[in-house]
Amino acid sequence: MTVGLLNDWACMVLMMIGLYTVIARPNLVKKLIGLSIFQVSVFLLYISMGKVSGGTAPILSEGIEVYSNPLPHVLILTAIVVGIATLSLGLALVVRIGEAYDTIEEDEIIERDLVND
Amino acid sequence: MTEIADIVLLILMIVLAVAISRMHNLFMAAMMMGIFSFLSAIIFTLLDAVDVAFTEAAVGAGVSTVLLLGTLSLTTREEKVAPKNNALALLVVLITGSALIYGTLDMPMFGDPNAPVHQHVADRYIEKSGEEMGIPNIVTSVLASYRGYDTLGEVTVIFTAGVGVILLLGYIWRKEDEQ
Repeated sequence: MTVGLLNDWACMVLMMIGLYTVIARPNLVKKLIGLSIFQVSVFLLYISMGKVSGGTAPILSEGIEVYSNPLPHVLILTAIVVGIATLSLGLALVVRIGEAYDTIEEDEIIERDLVND
Repeated sequence: MTEIADIVLLILMIVLAVAISRMHNLFMAAMMMGIFSFLSAIIFTLLDAVDVAFTEAAVGAGVSTVLLLGTLSLTTREEKVAPKNNALALLVVLITGSALIYGTLDMPMFGDPNAPVHQHVADRYIEKSGEEMGIPNIVTSVLASYRGYDTLGEVTVIFTAGVGVILLLGYIWRKEDEQ
């Protein structure tokens, strides 16, 4: 059984589910969860690019000839850690918005802004 | 065998993502995000990215779930039920998705050893990093030594985010002290 491009397509579908959650859901925490789904799909896309058929994890040992590409792994390690930094900053902003507006629903926040103007 | 497990796990992840997107209880959505991250960690292990897998399991499933739950305890647990389905957003997503899938048609096949991504510096790291760095894990050698400056930049990003979070939430703590 060959995977072919199925991995890439699954990543794209996941990415679009994340994007839809970010655009269509008014709740700010839900938007950040959608952003996390989007992020994980990008990680999967990169990692599946680095896979070599018949290869093994890029840890040097005797008697192994074929290793998977270590460079996408390095990139994605960095991306995961930066992702958690942006997520924590976003969540802190949501907490502050919740304090100031008593709601974290986007449409209610816009309504309140219009009333204040 | 690996291929079948990979496809089954990806289908499971898509089902889970749709469920998370449709769910109105944010507490449940946060817990499901933890499961989602663990599933992706299993796929990373299958695709030979063991370092990425344990980082995702620790950071993606552990720390981010804790952060989400903390936010929910400070705000609300329930999402307001939106009555309408957003047709415009669905249209935008479908167009973007079909463009992206059209773009993947030019991508090399899964696991192809002749793919462009394997043709440049990766071989040099695999051949030389063992004797140059003296540690068997190539990912560690690249992350901590060859591309050490990038990792320093990453630490700067985390530091900045940490300062930002303290500045944003410090206001709430100050207000509680005054009361």
